[in-house]
Order: sequence, then structure tokens, then C-alpha cells
Amino acid sequence: MTPQSKMKGSEAIVRALQDEGCDVIFGYPGGVVIPFYDALLDSSLRHILVRHEQGAAHAADGYARATGKVGVCIATSGPGATNLVTGIANAYLDSVPIVALTGQVKSDLIGTDAFQEADTTGITLPIVKHSYLLQDAAELPRVIHEAFHIAGTGRPGPVLIDIPVTTSLAEVSYKRVETLGLPGYRPTTRGHVKQIRAAARAINDAERPVLYVGGGVISAGAAPELLELAELRRIPVTTTLMGLGAFPETHELSLGMLGMHGTVTANYAVHECDLLVAVGARFDDRVTGKLSAFAPKAKVIHIDIDPAEIGKNVPPLIPIVGDAKHVLAALVKELQGLEWTPERTSAWLAKLKGWQDEYPLHYEDPADGTLAPQYVVEEIDRVTRHEAVVVSDVGQHQMWATQYYTFTFPRQWVSSGGLGTMGFGLPASIGAKIGRPDATVVDISGDGGFQMTVQELATAVNYDIPVVVAILDNSYLGMVRQWQDLFWNKRYSQTHFERQPDFKMLAEAYGAVGMRVTEKDEVADALREAIACGRPAVIDFKVAAEENVYPMVPAGTSITEMIGGVAPRRRKKS
Amino acid sequence: MKHTLSVLVENKPGVLTRVAGLFARRGFNIESLAVGQSEDPRLSRITITIDGAERPIDQVMKQLHKLINVVKIRNLQPSGMVAEELMLVKVNAEGEKRAEVLQVAEVFKAKIVDVDRRTVVLRVVGSTQKLEAFLELLKPLGVLEIVRTGIIAIARGKG
Repeated sequence: MTPQSKMKGSEAIVRALQDEGCDVIFGYPGGVVIPFYDALLDSSLRHILVRHEQGAAHAADGYARATGKVGVCIATSGPGATNLVTGIANAYLDSVPIVALTGQVKSDLIGTDAFQEADTTGITLPIVKHSYLLQDAAELPRVIHEAFHIAGTGRPGPVLIDIPVTTSLAEVSYKRVETLGLPGYRPTTRGHVKQIRAAARAINDAERPVLYVGGGVISAGAAPELLELAELRRIPVTTTLMGLGAFPETHELSLGMLGMHGTVTANYAVHECDLLVAVGARFDDRVTGKLSAFAPKAKVIHIDIDPAEIGKNVPPLIPIVGDAKHVLAALVKELQGLEWTPERTSAWLAKLKGWQDEYPLHYEDPADGTLAPQYVVEEIDRVTRHEAVVVSDVGQHQMWATQYYTFTFPRQWVSSGGLGTMGFGLPASIGAKIGRPDATVVDISGDGGFQMTVQELATAVNYDIPVVVAILDNSYLGMVRQWQDLFWNKRYSQTHFERQPDFKMLAEAYGAVGMRVTEKDEVADALREAIACGRPAVIDFKVAAEENVYPMVPAGTSITEMIGGVAPRRRKKS
Repeated sequence: MKHTLSVLVENKPGVLTRVAGLFARRGFNIESLAVGQSEDPRLSRITITIDGAERPIDQVMKQLHKLINVVKIRNLQPSGMVAEELMLVKVNAEGEKRAEVLQVAEVFKAKIVDVDRRTVVLRVVGSTQKLEAFLELLKPLGVLEIVRTGIIAIARGKG
């Protein structure tokens, strides 16, 4: 036990953060957090001064996704806190562990519409796993300890602590807290033994099984157990957007991503399978399409740490509440005791192979001589040898990144899934690079989303964080334009950016390296140069203006009804 | 279908907002809600009744469970619970009406808790049906104001 010592509340916050293993915090000062920033000066805690609070939340999020640790951000009261809101919602939808600290006006001013007062705990109530309004300084050490525990355990998520300046200024006797007072919080981690046995039998008996894997496998660190299970019973694996990297896409059992922009094979496989094993996935509408037509021939096993996800959209035959790592390991153990021969699934695997050959991902070089966006992603994949940490923004480029980059390990892919937050990419890549300084971090972005948080280029330059931003620049809000193209009679309302900045000059103005690439044979060299320069770099790839992402399942239809899935064989994802 | 949920929560600020907000977000209408301290001063018990829920109740119960401050939830079945509420009714009791009001009160074992020249305030305790029946009889006499606590419910026996 550490001895008690008297200090200011603000100093206690810094101490508590360090006691929780926090080594970096992303933030932006303001009136009521001055005490915190003052205490920061005398500590070894690293602080990254962003240029907008939204950037702080996304950077903490990117840091958490890339490392598996809890990301931390701080903002002042009122507008500082409201600027964090999008980032907190983003982390909530994708179950990312972050702790957000916000300043609040003096305790006795709360509720008086004081200067820079906002009801931060109220505003964020539906988008946090939990939150605290820390009025009593004596509770400070315990609250911070609980916040980290709640954020990082069970189904992870954001926790907000709203701290009135009076708490920061109060005298606190700080003592490191190691116990929890959370009678209502006990996540179930161990799966039910009988259910696991039943699931093992169903897996063993299946002739056409599919593993449908989501971000829960990555959160649980269950990728090794997943690989073991897939190989043990030769079960093909498809991942959600959040699950990319949970299973190596270089593996013969990988089907790639499923859903709206998934591979034909993955979607056909789910449609035809007799057993669907969902692990840490939540049957999101972008995955299932029309729910009643999803996996119509399959028994469903649903493994998830969050009981509320089980049966929410699809009623499973065998529900298992538990941590994916534990449950998958238990399944492997159980299966090892059962008799099985590879013949049971060999016809199924042959069928899938046939589909993969027949329906590869494909694209054509644009007729106007501009770059194919898919080609740029393929080159990023080739140049970084499937080893980069790939961050994305939201839109067409994001889907091309999922399709044409080959993901091979967990936490390699950092992308806004549930909320679909444009502007996520750049700040998240800064967080990811800080968390993984040895990795090449490439942010695949669009010319729309990049500008939503472009100010964070100053942050990257300020702290010398060498991220590479690859803008797939088509001067359109490409994904919305694609919907207008396909479903709105090509009526392109407000999706064309008639005038965009010169991204090369813009990057240089911020002090980053700026490049522009228009020719196919320059793509790889530009990428190599940007990675090698060791500075933040922005490459503006001028890509085809009206390229669409295919295949595409129109919203609300069966995932077998793909537009652009069947086409002449031209290119394959290597 | 009517549901009665008994929710044990930590006695902390903001807990009621979290619980009530969750029902609204998940598309449930709260019909009545009663809160008070439980046998353990650190915990409060909330009785919530939901009427006409078209969505399955188990989804909202699971979501409720995820709230950090929620300790325990029970979906009380009509046959396995005692459910009562308390109502105060102010009725017009002028002239000859007064005798009639007192008669109805007598039948329902309602207690007279306030009297003035023109009105009587009655307190009645019981099941929702009893309270409704009581009101039916008082209405013709002129009900001026009603206040209800909302149902509180407890499981029968040890269960």
C-alpha cells in the first residue's frame, strides 16, 4: 500500500492517471482545467496538445485501438466538453476503452448557466459506458481507478469524469486505490460449460460451418484461439469491419469481410452455411442486410461478452455469454475430445474456393487515365508488406481499404465502424503512431473527411509524429455520391466539391511533407518516400472521380443481392 | 402486456436519470415509477411498470443490467407478487354530497386525511384495479385532484 499524502485535487488526478498506467494524454486547456495543466508541469505524464478537442478524443481512441490500452483525453468545460462528444460517441459505438476527463464549473455554480457551463454528464449520458460528476474530492482516487477498470474490462467503452474546478483545487489525501466498489458491475467472462459443450458438438457436426468474427475477438486478445479453432476444424472465417486483423487474410480459410461491401464469397458463405458461429460480433445492419434473409439455413451460435447483444437482432440456438478468449479456448479443448475427419467439411471448402475463383474483388483502370483508388490501396499494401497499422477515415476509401489491404494481425486496422465518423482518420492515426512508434502508420483518407480534422496536421508536425496520410482525392463525397448514383437517379446534390485546397501546399503550410500523385507508376515511389522521410506526410492521390465501391448490397436487401459482385475476372486481392 | 420490474440500484446521484433515460431510448414508455431506499441504505429500489410494450422486455432488462449502478433486476410476475399503490383524491363534498363521499370511502377503507368546508381528501391504498374502481364511484361526485405514488411491488414468499 502506498502511503497517504496530501495534495491538490489536480495533482491527485495526475498521480492517479499515472498509477493507472497512463503514459500519454491528449488534450486542450481551458479555464477550469488550468489547475490540472499546472499540476501537469511538475509531472512526467506526456501531454499532446491537439488543435481541437475532437482531435483529442479521436487520438485517444486511435491510441487505444492500436495498443489495447485505455486512451485518455481531457478538455475544459462547456465547448471543450461538447467538442469531445463526437469522439466519445465514436468510441462507444465501437467499444473502445477511453477515459475522458472534462473540467466543470465550480460546484456551487453548477446549474446556474455559468460561463462555459454545459451539463456534460447529461449530454453524454447515452454515449458512455459510465460517467461520474466528481463533486467530492475525497472520492477522486477511487473514481479514477473505477473509470479505468470499467473502460477496459467487460465490453470496453468510454467513461467520462466531469470534474468541477472546486474538486481540482480541494486538498486531497491521495492514496492509491486498488479495490473497487462496484456491486452492479461484474462482467461474465467464463462461458457456461454446458453451452460450450453443446456448441462444440454443433461445430463438430457441421458440414458447412462459418466463423463470423467481430471486434470482440480483437478486444479480448483472442486471435490465437480463433486461429486454433479455425484450423482444428477447418472452418472458414469472415470478419466484420471491426474484426479485420483478427484472422490473417493471407490464410487459406479467410473469406475476407462480409456485409454491404464484403466479398461475394463471404456473403454467399453466410447465406449457404449450416452453422454460423458469431464471435464478438453484433449482427449490425451493415453486415446482415435484410435480417430475415440472413443466414437462412444456419444454426447460430453467438458468443459475446455483452448479454444484451445476444438475441438483440438474431435469436441464437446456442448463446454463450463470455470472454471470446476464454470461450474459444474452451471450445478448442472440448473439440479435441471429439472425433472428426476433414471429409466432413471438404466439399464445403471446395465450394468456397470455387466462389473465390469465380468472384474475386475486381476493378478496372479508369478510362480517363486517373488513378484507380483500389490500385493505390493495393500499392500501400504491397509497399508496407501487409505490416502497416492502417487507419482510415469514413467513406469509399475506407471500404476500398478493407477490400484491398491485406490485414494479418490484430490492432492493425483502426477505423470508425459503428458511428461512421468523418474526420476520425488523421487524429486517430496520431494516437496510433504514439502508441505504436515502431510501426508504419498509414492513414487512408478522403478529401472530404481529411478536411474535417485537418488542423491536427499541426499536432503531428509539432510533436514530430510521422504518420503518412494517403488522400484518395476524387473531389466528391464519394460514398454519398455513389448512393445518389445508384439509388437517386444520379442527382448529385451537394456531393461535389467544386473547389478544394491544394493539399500538397496545405500540408507544406503546416510544416508537413506534401506530395501529389497523378500517375500510376509514381504511386509506390511516393509511398516509399513518404514513409522513409520520417516526417508527417500527406500524399494527394488524384483518383477517378466517379468510381464506385463494389460489390455492394443495397441497404435492406439480402446480402446475396450484390451489385457489381459478378464481373469479368481481372484482379484479385493478393 | 404489462410488466412490473423491480430494480435494485446504488443510491447515487443521477441513477434515476440513467434508468429512466434508458427506457426512453429503447422505445419503452414508463407508466409508473416509484423509488425509495431499500433494506440496505446504500441501495434504492425502483419499481417500474411498463404498459403496452411491443418490444421484448428482456432486451431492455439486459440493457438495464449494463448500467454500472444497477445491481439487480427482477421481472415480477402478476401471480408471484404483491403490488399496491397509494392515492390521494380530493373530492367535492359540498352539502348532501358529503355523506355520499364518506360512504364510498367507508366501502373502500379509504381514510379521510383532510376536510374543509367544500372538499375532502381521501387516501386509499391497494391494487391498481381497486383504485380505479374507487375513482369510478367518486367521479360523479366531482373529483378535483388525484395524486398517485405509482405501483410498488414485492415478490411473494422467499423467492
